[in-house]
Amino acid sequence: MNRRPLLEIRNLRVRINGQEILKGITLAVYPGEVHSIMGPNGSGKSTLAQVLAGREVYEIVEGEVLYDGEDLLPMSPEERARRGIFLAFQYPVEIPGVSNLYFLKAAVNTVRKQRGLPELDAMEFLALAREKAKLVELDESLLQRAVNDGFSGGEKKRNEIFQMTLLEPRLAILDETDSGLDIDALRVVAQGINALRHPDRAIVLITHYQRLLNYVTPDVVHVLYDGRIVKSGGKELALELEEKGYGWIAEEIIGSARS
Amino acid sequence: MKDMRLDHRQEQALYRTHFAQWNERLGAREPAWLRARREAAFARFEALGFPTPRQEEWRFTNIAPLLRVPFRLAAAWPERPLPDEWLAPYREWAAYHLVFVNGHFAGELPTDDRPPRLLARGIRALLHEEPEILEPHLVRFAEDASSAFTALNAAFLTDGAFVRIPRGAVLETPIHLLFLTLEEGMPAVTHPRNVILAEENSQATIIESYVSLGDGQYFTNAVTEIWVGENAILQHYKVQRESRAAFHIASVRIAEERTAMALDFSIALGAALARTDIVAILKGEGAECTLNGFYWARDQQLVDHHTVIEHAAPHGTSREFYKGILDNEARGVFDGTIIVRPGAQKTDARQVNKNLLLSTDALVNTNPRLQILADDVKCSHGATIGHLDEDALFYCRSRGLDAETAREMLTYAFASDILNTIAFGPLRRSVGEWVLTEWPEGEMLKELL
Ligand SMILES: Nc1ncnc2c1ncn2[C@@H]1O[C@H](COP(=O)(O)OP(=O)(O)OP(=O)(O)O)[C@@H](O)[C@H]1O
Ligand SMILES: [Mg+2]
Repeated sequence: MNRRPLLEIRNLRVRINGQEILKGITLAVYPGEVHSIMGPNGSGKSTLAQVLAGREVYEIVEGEVLYDGEDLLPMSPEERARRGIFLAFQYPVEIPGVSNLYFLKAAVNTVRKQRGLPELDAMEFLALAREKAKLVELDESLLQRAVNDGFSGGEKKRNEIFQMTLLEPRLAILDETDSGLDIDALRVVAQGINALRHPDRAIVLITHYQRLLNYVTPDVVHVLYDGRIVKSGGKELALELEEKGYGWIAEEIIGSARS
Repeated sequence: MKDMRLDHRQEQALYRTHFAQWNERLGAREPAWLRARREAAFARFEALGFPTPRQEEWRFTNIAPLLRVPFRLAAAWPERPLPDEWLAPYREWAAYHLVFVNGHFAGELPTDDRPPRLLARGIRALLHEEPEILEPHLVRFAEDASSAFTALNAAFLTDGAFVRIPRGAVLETPIHLLFLTLEEGMPAVTHPRNVILAEENSQATIIESYVSLGDGQYFTNAVTEIWVGENAILQHYKVQRESRAAFHIASVRIAEERTAMALDFSIALGAALARTDIVAILKGEGAECTLNGFYWARDQQLVDHHTVIEHAAPHGTSREFYKGILDNEARGVFDGTIIVRPGAQKTDARQVNKNLLLSTDALVNTNPRLQILADDVKCSHGATIGHLDEDALFYCRSRGLDAETAREMLTYAFASDILNTIAFGPLRRSVGEWVLTEWPEGEMLKELL
């Protein structure tokens, strides 16, 4: 069947301000899969996520990225979004003055246009937004408020998941969407993610904790350490990391470098 | 074509000739007290001369391009009724409109259904019929200002609005003073003069609009004097939508009595060169004053606001909030002075000016000045000059919005908080539309209004 990866990263090296952050990442994510990327602070997780979404401040030193078989790196951020890539931001941006509802309607309609679907009018969109808001237990008052403006940390994260469920991406990259959530919010976020799971879609979960993985079972867990994927494994790897921290990985790397 | 530009001496001589002609035209139809005031004003104008960039107040605004043009005094528009399309954009506004064309009173709408004791008339007509009403007010307040333009306005006083909101009256419907300029042939100058009196315990909203009916060159030199009586509430909006080849120089002067509340909101969208001076004096104890402003300039437009808030009595509160967007090679100037006189204790004054530069060639000079001569006061000011936030742009684009739409959305978002303070809905929506209509992706953003 369809054994072409949805996302394929080959030896990706990325620099910012002259400093190399990603030092050769190779990774393949197939349709239907959930991958989890774990790693200590500063290891490059967000950098990878932002590069995949098209952030222009990073310098690509080497490597390539294929999305559904196509060269991803030359595409603008908006083109990637329209083709089905979604990044849930670690730090969602506040946009005072623009209502959440308006913002999302504009976003959903550009994506729909790309997919050859008719645009939704205000009423149709409101109905859709209400339905999806219910799914992620997002308070309806947040729809009328300005995008993320004055939202609590948890509300911002929920809002990211809410956007994801509206945009129905093919490749969702969630950058620490589980951080700073209480257990109820975490459950809701997991629910949103699980609702998206589909044989044609893939999900990349960037996280520090295996907590979320109790609710969303990953197919593969990767450890990102100092800009490299140093270990990949099944979901047991997440448990092991939770238990032992990242120290032992550092030792392993040093050990293997010595031998 | 012959060169129409003037040197300094020619220009002085031209104004003298115009003044003599103007006096002749008015002849004996004018009360003696007004003739005397106008002549004194012209003498003051001659003594002051036009400002130069060497003067601190005009450091960033060089009026040389204005002085080079030989403006003639604008003639009245003879035809009645006025063409419907001139007024159509405002018919939906629930407001009393007083319409001026080329600085001359030209009609009102609706003509019935006015609150009975409200006086809102063209000054020239009132001068003929009841000059004694005007004598205590006309060419009185603003004259201590050492401005050549204010003096020139008085010297050439032609027409304008006289509005008196009677004691205790609460006007639900705003009064709209609409100044239309129709450019024909030689560039013309108008000197609109407005007097607004809000008597004790009254409440009203006045909108003063300057709108061009074409895209030619002309010069508006306006003066508006506002007196807010004890415990009265007055909101004054000045909406400047001159032609982008025009010059707009305006002075707004506000005096507030005890526990009066005044709002002045200056909206500047048009003109090649626009300069507005606003002076608010809190004369009475416990008066409150809000000065708001929004300016948007592009290409080579220059928009300058100079404001002075003078706290002359204790327990006064002032809030000033100006926001500006500068694109292309546009220049912005914001100069905000807060004076707290000795004895004006417990004054609480706050000033904020925020600017968004959309291009690396745009420029803004922002200058807060505090003169605090009392010791028990709270005064603060803050000014920012920034660009669109890259993180926010990326966030929008990562949701599928193209770069231009994202930029415009964030630009609108920048302006929205100040524009949303416009209490009169039709004006609020119109200002948003006037701006968004000019943007490539503005049509879709209109849903935000
Ligand atoms: N604009 C920048 N300029 C310089 N260095 C940067 C910049 N952005 C990120 N870095 C550096 O890149 C490294 C990786 O950062 P990144 O945010 O990708 O890490 P992370 O794995 O997401 O960390 P965290 O778990 O804290 O979110 C860090 O050392 C960080 O300081
Ligand atoms: Mg991160």
